[in-house]
Amino acid sequence: MGGYSSQELVAIFVMQGFSGLSLFCVFLLMALGLAIIFGQMGVINMAHGEFLTLGAYITWMVSKLATETWPWMQQFYFPLAVALAFLGTFILGYLVEMLLIRRLYARPLDTLLATWGLGLIMQQIYRSTFGPREVSVVMPDWLMGSWAPTDIIDIPLNGLFVMGITALMTVLVVILLYRSRWGIKVRATTQNRLMANAAGINTQRVDRFTFALGCGIAGVAGAAFTTIASTGPTTGSLYIVDTFLVVVFGGAASLFGTVVSAFGIAQSQSILEFFLSGSMAKVITLLTVVAILMFRPQGLFASKVRR
Amino acid sequence: MTSPILLAIEDLTVSFDGFKAVDGLNLYVERNEVRVVIGPNGAGKTTLLDLICGKTKASAGSIKFKDTELTRLVEHDIVKAGVGRKFQTPSIYENLTVRENLELSYPKGRNVFGSLFFKVTDEVNARVLAVAEDIFLSDRLDTSAGLLSHGQKQWLEIGMLLIQDPELLMLDEPVAGMSVSEREATAELLGRISQNRSVIVIEHDMDFVKDIAHRVTVLHQGKLLAEGKMDEVQANEKVIEVYLGH
Amino acid sequence: MDKWIAAFGGRQRLLQLLALAVLLMVILPLTLDIFRLNLVGKYLTYAFVAVGLVLCWGYGGILSLGQGVFFGIGGYCMAMFLKLEASSPENTAIQSTPGIPDFMDWNQITELPLGWIPFHSLTLTILLIMTVPALFAFLIGAAMFKRRVGGVYFAIITQAIASIATILIIGQQGYTGGINGITDLRTLLGWDIRPDSAKYLLYFLCCILLIACLLVGQFVLNSRYGKLLIAMRDQEDRVRFSGYDVANIKIFVFALAGVFSALGGAMFALQVGFMSPSFVGTVASIEMVIFCAVGGRLSLIGAVYGALLVNLAKTLLSESFPQLWIVFMGALFIGVVLLFPQGLAGIYEDYVRPQVAKLFSRKSNAESQGDKAVAQEAR
Repeated sequence: MGGYSSQELVAIFVMQGFSGLSLFCVFLLMALGLAIIFGQMGVINMAHGEFLTLGAYITWMVSKLATETWPWMQQFYFPLAVALAFLGTFILGYLVEMLLIRRLYARPLDTLLATWGLGLIMQQIYRSTFGPREVSVVMPDWLMGSWAPTDIIDIPLNGLFVMGITALMTVLVVILLYRSRWGIKVRATTQNRLMANAAGINTQRVDRFTFALGCGIAGVAGAAFTTIASTGPTTGSLYIVDTFLVVVFGGAASLFGTVVSAFGIAQSQSILEFFLSGSMAKVITLLTVVAILMFRPQGLFASKVRR
Repeated sequence: MTSPILLAIEDLTVSFDGFKAVDGLNLYVERNEVRVVIGPNGAGKTTLLDLICGKTKASAGSIKFKDTELTRLVEHDIVKAGVGRKFQTPSIYENLTVRENLELSYPKGRNVFGSLFFKVTDEVNARVLAVAEDIFLSDRLDTSAGLLSHGQKQWLEIGMLLIQDPELLMLDEPVAGMSVSEREATAELLGRISQNRSVIVIEHDMDFVKDIAHRVTVLHQGKLLAEGKMDEVQANEKVIEVYLGH
Repeated sequence: MDKWIAAFGGRQRLLQLLALAVLLMVILPLTLDIFRLNLVGKYLTYAFVAVGLVLCWGYGGILSLGQGVFFGIGGYCMAMFLKLEASSPENTAIQSTPGIPDFMDWNQITELPLGWIPFHSLTLTILLIMTVPALFAFLIGAAMFKRRVGGVYFAIITQAIASIATILIIGQQGYTGGINGITDLRTLLGWDIRPDSAKYLLYFLCCILLIACLLVGQFVLNSRYGKLLIAMRDQEDRVRFSGYDVANIKIFVFALAGVFSALGGAMFALQVGFMSPSFVGTVASIEMVIFCAVGGRLSLIGAVYGALLVNLAKTLLSESFPQLWIVFMGALFIGVVLLFPQGLAGIYEDYVRPQVAKLFSRKSNAESQGDKAVAQEAR
């Protein structure tokens, strides 16, 4: 295999695997948000990528503040930025649900088109506000550099940080969905809206909150994203097709499926990228996913409920 | 000599994640028989119809219709074999007229190219008119189906099955939501159409059942509880305990 | 006579079709210069896709976000044929390997790839334009519809397929011309397609083909199959339990929409003179859905007007307000879905037609009054 020693091969796998892990984290965060919105609510949000971009831009704005106006914030601005990214996208998601999504509940294909339009508008707003070129976040010192567990394995710190945030968000979402009162309300609404309403659950509010939460998670994904690449107006839209595939492939209603699927797809792409060109790696990964979906359209971990 | 048994169900079982909705069921329906299936909710009545018409796949057992094993066929082939199924909530084409609903159900030209070149001939027209008369809708032929009353929609769906001339007709709660006069009309309709076919009916209205049934089958928890003529079944201790009450 | 009128979908539709034909083939050529007419021709190629979507989405309920793939199949097939013709050994004498397209030469390819060989022949090319999309649609359709994958899942997968196709085309630039596509097309069987006279002819060819597609579409909708589409959209189970194989019904309409789109792509390559992956991907495919939605997803003729108007607006706006036209497109998506789901055709039916009917009935009222007066006089 190109004359690499077995030691080097392991290192290659680990490092490609690790860069795959950063990609996996972004995928996973985006997919988590989308899985909540699509898997739990059946709503297609084609503008989901634009919420990621918003989170990234918010992070960038905070970073600018930290570097130019208030340099004392330099070292610890990042967690604040993540929080603000979440808040900003959450609020916007809330408004979008109220003004747009609410009116399209029974019409998933129409929601798809309308949110695509929303995504276009958001992209243009970013273009006009932040300019068409990509912007980079200045990272605090403690995030730069890498960790070298062995001689030839070099793991970048920002990647570790992203993984940390992702793990935290995943755990939080699972707890929220399966251990909180709100989580029960969401699951009740998904499974039987009429009964949930009859049982006194304000399904409108649950929907609004769920959608906003999904968008908020995308915002966090955007914040995490700034540590591995720069952001432009169309950054989010690059990932939207993959994200939908991740969600559908995992089995839309299963969070565990989403995690497995995100991991599988990101890793496959990343490892293949080393041996083939970038585009062929992506094509083969996506083709495999689509082919598998054609044989098993319900995804890897399908819901066991007989609908 | 053709066998008097039209439908032979043997050892039929379907389980969803361990829950047996139908459990080792044996059922035999004869030609020209009206068999009513009753039982408490969750007894497996609708599931039984789902299994016969192919909507649900059986986990075990056999369903023999004449000499064909239905468990191996897809839904549209089961229909072509001569089995018609009416659903609990009327499923008709609301955006088309009564006439168009019936024409679409006419059992010819049922593949893509057949349907592209299908012509409504006099023969088709005559049959549509005949069926429309049977189902009391001959004066509503050009009404949009969505505008019919609930009872009329039920009749239309029965008509859409009749026009295919099935040998086995399965009706899931045909008089649900109907007025008394509509029920009487439906009972009379069922009496007419069962002249040369078998009918399986799921019903809860005991008076209606008494009117139409040749034999009654009682299901409970996916198993056969009792079977026989209406008065036998009504007097059965177990049935009274589980379903009919005192 | 009546049978003919019925074949066109009734007197209303026949008149609308004639009006469209007159607009496209008489009025526009007389009032526009060749540059603008060529633009209209380009918009009309998108209309092929929109018309296909009326059948497949409006009537069949199948939303495909990947019609660009079919458009691309037709476009690339035609472009490959034209490119091979333009890359004759005389024209390409300066290349390291003469006789093959220039982009292959730049990518150090020394032999025409196997996949390109059929495109030496126009007959084979036309055959492939008609059959490859149908085959492809059949494969995708069979895989998904037989497994009851529909609605949203189908839309997402078609979107993924469009994305995969784009990446593949761009990545394999030696074989496909990459992101620039296949350019510099010159002649069709020796006839130069670049001068104005050729563009006029190609424009009329495009109009005729489009009208032919409209007629085929109307025939399909008039037939029992057309009613089945409506029935299937509303009550799929009942159709299945009336003895129809629903998957086959869906596969056919999806394949038909694919063939229409491929025809559009081929006409695009002829009229505009190139083909690139930007017409294949998700963005282009979703735009084509909007043309259909704006025109009225249940109206074949409406889809043509939708494609014309949206593209016209896009061209005008992107010249004067480059920032604004994307917002306009986005607002159009939202507006069509929220405010006028039946598109222009719906607006026409609800507001314009009653006025037109009133006009005609007032006229005939006046006429009958006059007749009555004359009749009385005569007595």
